[in-house]
Amino acid sequence: MARVGIIGCGQTAFGRRSDATVQELAFEAWRAALDDAGVEPDVVEATVVGSVPEYHKQRSLPGVIQEYLNLNPRPVWLTEAACASGSAALRTAWLEIAAGVHDVVAVIGCQKMTELETAEILALMGRVGDVQWESGFGTTFPGYYAMFARRHMHEFGTTSDQLAAVAVKNHHYGAANPKAMFRKEITVAKARASEEVSAPLSVYDCCANADGAACVILAGERAARALGKDRVVWLDGMGCASDSMSVLRRSDLTGLPSARAAAAQAYAMAGVTAKDIQVADVHDCFTIAEIMAYEDLGFCGRGEGGAFIDARGSYIGGAHPVNLDGGLKAKGHPIGATGVSMTCEIVSQLRGECGPRQVPGASIGLTHNVGGIGQYCFVNVLRRD
Amino acid sequence: MFEWFGLVSYCPHTKVAGFAQHLKDGRLMGSRCDACGRVSFPPRADCPDCRGAAFTFTEYGGAGTVVTFTRIAAAPAGFEGRTPFTIGVVDLDEGGRLLAWCGGTLDEAALAIGQRVQVVPRLFEELEAIKVHYTLEAPGTTWAKA
Repeated sequence: MARVGIIGCGQTAFGRRSDATVQELAFEAWRAALDDAGVEPDVVEATVVGSVPEYHKQRSLPGVIQEYLNLNPRPVWLTEAACASGSAALRTAWLEIAAGVHDVVAVIGCQKMTELETAEILALMGRVGDVQWESGFGTTFPGYYAMFARRHMHEFGTTSDQLAAVAVKNHHYGAANPKAMFRKEITVAKARASEEVSAPLSVYDCCANADGAACVILAGERAARALGKDRVVWLDGMGCASDSMSVLRRSDLTGLPSARAAAAQAYAMAGVTAKDIQVADVHDCFTIAEIMAYEDLGFCGRGEGGAFIDARGSYIGGAHPVNLDGGLKAKGHPIGATGVSMTCEIVSQLRGECGPRQVPGASIGLTHNVGGIGQYCFVNVLRRD
Repeated sequence: MFEWFGLVSYCPHTKVAGFAQHLKDGRLMGSRCDACGRVSFPPRADCPDCRGAAFTFTEYGGAGTVVTFTRIAAAPAGFEGRTPFTIGVVDLDEGGRLLAWCGGTLDEAALAIGQRVQVVPRLFEELEAIKVHYTLEAPGTTWAKA
């Protein structure tokens, strides 16, 4: 299989963007990625868009994006995998190149989550689970992760302070990321004092909806060399797995089996193990999700995620620095953009461009992007030669 | 009649719609595959094991054990007036799982993982339309069946 790499990346700042349409956000990311790659649009043969359609007034978003990017008649379509839609788009583009169909493909992850009225958002919030057997009881995203947290606390003694410590870390690094939505430090006490959302999770255990877009440009190895690119970050391990929509059919309520399966695929394909991962961006939609990710990815043992954050294992200088861009928690979570933005962050880390939040000398990194409550999970290992 | 099931129903059309009629009659039903005998809860029309398309409802006693739970303070559309409310996931003794509200015979503040509960079929009696659900109650709680 041909090696595929990332030759350019860019993203908008995340946050409330009442000044721009979603295609205008996409253009910002696209322009930044082209500038970063140092290529002109004519080398890009196709586009894949990752987004969750029900948040946008515009139906069939890829059509308007491809037009606004001035890329017609080149092919484009949408991939949807809930909050992992961006990584689904990345995987699709990787497949197009690995299959030999295209040499250079752009991936656009984008989402505008502030177009909807509060009532519309509350209506969408009621349909995140299995609508036949669960939604009729008023389940929510925080509610499902709260039930994972409760079970994790029961089996392993994980504490609310440990959950809060994840938020403190992510705000600490988010404060140093100019693209982040929240750029201020918090304390465990402040996080613990925040309003309850779904016990045992409170406001500071939850990421925020945001607007934003991110873009990466992929090229096959031969095309990257032909374009004269010498600082390529390679997609060397690509993992992807699924699990039940319904929490009633989960074999495990303290981790995500889909994440463990995707990680095993990615590690095997890249020829690495968890201990080789020098920097990671993981899907901390809720603080408990980051603790479960430490365990699912093998950064620590099962049940040891709370102790891992207590020991600062996910800070710079720890065994596996995680979410040095602030994560979903502080950077914000425009759901279709998130997986692509994670990829941008790891590319920047592996190129050594992250300034005060740089892991010195990192050459192997990882992204972990979860859709829903683990219905979809994409884990990718990225490497700089 | 599956639109009867749940406070807000998103899914009126299903091959297991009879589940809601049985619940109204006070009976909690799983499904048994006519071909291979696999029992499922929640009930399902299409057998995941043998792909059989024919099934028969089979009555559950509804005793079970709490696996996890949460108290929801920020609620979705249709549930605003009921916050906070507690929902729990229960492993049924007869196999399968369900998710339900904590009912009046349990002390919500003392609800614990591993606690034994009884699932009880319920009507929303304050609503004019027929709406059915089930709640988690203290073991030994009884109810009327049609």
